[in-house]
Amino acid sequence: MSIKLNVLDHVMVPDHQVMSADEVQALLERYSITFEQLPKIYHDDAAVKQIGGKVGDVIRVIRQSQTAGIAEAYRLVIRRPKK
Amino acid sequence: MLTDAMRDRIESSDFPPLTRQQLLDSLGDKEFSEEQFEEILEAVQNEFEETRIEPLEAVGVIAAQSIGEPGTQMTMRTFHYAGVAEINVTLGLPRLIEIMDARKEPSTPTMTIYLSSEFNEDRDRARMVSWQIEAAPLHEFGDITTDMENMQVLVAVNQAVLAKRKISMEMIVETAQKKIRDRRHYRDFEVEADPENHVIIFTPKDQEKYQNLFQLAEHVRNVIVQGIDDIERVVVRKESGEYILYTEGSNLKDVFEVPGVDTVRTRTNNISEIAQVLGIEAARNAIMAEALATLGEQGIKVDVRHIMLVADMMCMDGEVKQIGRHGIAGEKESVLSRAAFEVTVNHLLDAAVANEIDELNGVTENVIVGQPIQLGTGDVKLVAKSRT
Repeated sequence: MSIKLNVLDHVMVPDHQVMSADEVQALLERYSITFEQLPKIYHDDAAVKQIGGKVGDVIRVIRQSQTAGIAEAYRLVIRRPKK
Repeated sequence: MLTDAMRDRIESSDFPPLTRQQLLDSLGDKEFSEEQFEEILEAVQNEFEETRIEPLEAVGVIAAQSIGEPGTQMTMRTFHYAGVAEINVTLGLPRLIEIMDARKEPSTPTMTIYLSSEFNEDRDRARMVSWQIEAAPLHEFGDITTDMENMQVLVAVNQAVLAKRKISMEMIVETAQKKIRDRRHYRDFEVEADPENHVIIFTPKDQEKYQNLFQLAEHVRNVIVQGIDDIERVVVRKESGEYILYTEGSNLKDVFEVPGVDTVRTRTNNISEIAQVLGIEAARNAIMAEALATLGEQGIKVDVRHIMLVADMMCMDGEVKQIGRHGIAGEKESVLSRAAFEVTVNHLLDAAVANEIDELNGVTENVIVGQPIQLGTGDVKLVAKSRT
């Protein structure tokens, strides 16, 4: 394959962004949750690889929602467990 | 009229983006006073609060009922020709179960392949892409005869088919050889091409047994020399002004690599493939889209929020988990809660062996032991302040 496929271009893939440490702190405080309580995403997930997320980063996902129009979701990058 | 100040107030309000946009759109050209605007905002605010889920509401149970009840009205066994292009697609209850069970492969995998702009306006150009996708066994390229006297399998290649499918004799020889060896695990043969007479000759190494010859003939007949192995059939159809390919069989990764395929819109109904190629968020979208389409096709309307909850739960941990004993229900923390679901004795036994402790934090386990559950009013506790 000559050009690497950019999965973020696909209609089913919402926008992913790596969040800064400050943003993560504000997020955790806003929902008064701990780091581990966030939903997870694996480090080798196609979208995470595309934006260069590392284990321990928090990814902001900007979804097109049918109820709210635009909705933000957050996922913590973890290592894929070995089978 | 909508003044800039009013516009700013709507834009900076706490409403979700969709509500804000709808509010702006519906107020856009209407006449109203300042007081009326305040009234409208208040009414929208009240309506918005009404639609919100209250704290400690059992959303999971509501979602389960809201999907389950209409599910009873669905056709139990439907193997339907889904209108589009006589391709067989599992619908109805079996499909819904398939989605929730997070099967590795659906019983009827199918893809909808969109083409890039150079290929989607003309049927012949679309066909050219489809040749690269549809799995074509060698027998479609010419006559195959078994020569028992000389212990050979002869393929008389049809030149017209080669020209139509834009593939050369050398390419056929090369891929056929490679695929028989790698994919079909049959190695004891030699290949020889005779370009002048348009014949390919396959000879088994073991010249003693006829069994080898017939085995080789079978491999030669069925080896896929063009297209993608998993995709058995491709149908070209015109839809809203462009040509689209529908397939039986699915392989998202390989199809994305075919030139002429639109990698932005092309999709498959195989959710685990989407999770692998496009990531977990795309899989979440796919679960929602597939579930809604399956329900919608049967004329059943289920609020998206129930489906969203199910999809969110399934994709929570970074991979697609099934609803059930091997997924969400099987990974609950509480022993009693797991035991209440399925295979009760096994769970209790394993928990006893592992010396597990149940913290009684969830709903099911508290119902079992007869304590108030932490839902609705059950979680409200009275705190008495001492007088002193």
